[in-house]
Amino acid sequence: MRWGVITFPGSNDDAQTAYVLERLLGETVVRLWHKDASVDGLDCIVLPGGFSYGDYLRCGAVARFSPIMLAVERFAREGGIVLGICNGFQILCEAGLLPGALIRNRELDFLCRRVHVRVEDADTAFTNRCRRGDVLDLPVKHGEGCYVADEATLRSLEAGRQIVLRYTDAEGRVTPEANPNGSLGAIAGVRNARGNVFGLMPHPEHACEWLVGGEDGRKIFLSVIASGSGVVDVSAAPTSSKVLSGP
Amino acid sequence: MGWLARVYVTPKTGVLDPQGKAVQHSLHALGYPEVGDVRIGKYLELRLVDVSRESAEARLREMCERLLANRVIEDYRFEIDAADAS
Repeated sequence: MRWGVITFPGSNDDAQTAYVLERLLGETVVRLWHKDASVDGLDCIVLPGGFSYGDYLRCGAVARFSPIMLAVERFAREGGIVLGICNGFQILCEAGLLPGALIRNRELDFLCRRVHVRVEDADTAFTNRCRRGDVLDLPVKHGEGCYVADEATLRSLEAGRQIVLRYTDAEGRVTPEANPNGSLGAIAGVRNARGNVFGLMPHPEHACEWLVGGEDGRKIFLSVIASGSGVVDVSAAPTSSKVLSGP
Repeated sequence: MGWLARVYVTPKTGVLDPQGKAVQHSLHALGYPEVGDVRIGKYLELRLVDVSRESAEARLREMCERLLANRVIEDYRFEIDAADAS
């Protein structure tokens, strides 16, 4: 697959994401700059973690209007696969490509530690290499990771199976203690209704080698690779079948 | 001739405001038990030039909707006053 990894001013996980894709997974990576206007020829776009534009105004609020984001929005509308990690998740919410918003952590602290997240749905372009109920061990590092949405949005997320990851304990139980930032419904990752855009607060790119403590993050990237480069549209597929087939 | 716009962006009712909570606790600790809810928002000043009052209002509302506030979590209001164009 041909991956595009965007660098906004203040991104800091772009190089790590490119390293994982190129060096560990043997993928092709095109590095994109926030002023680029095209994502043509790419199969998946990654919005990496960091502090784009210094988190000024709100996390992701300024990055959302970068020239590259016009191309990303068009790409997403056409069914292209878009993955937003941490700050990338915040940018996708600001851009309206994902529902909800991310606000200051409940305890006001900057979290930098490993968490457990449970796979709520394995029929997605981003989790098809997991099984439903799998518990992944991934790191988080954020100050604004508390997911919020209004009640109607939450209901539609639940009904549309758009909640992909929830914070749990190591045994996969949702508990108040296992929710690191106060996220509504312990939500750690959501997808859009169509199924081609996914955002998550944990960092799969920092969990792809035992050298750094684990390899669970690989499952997210391998899922995207397994889903292939075809247009993703889970809303059009029967819910019981395997949704994606790749070349 | 220009305008000075004062924009207030506040967390929506019902949206968790952990900063406000922390400040409330701190004020209680300092001996101000009368303090109830504290909500922390943002205050922005914008100078607008070469625009009519009506247009300034409409465009400012657009700026708030598009960038200055995130309507998922925030409300906004603003005031516009005549000011030197400097």
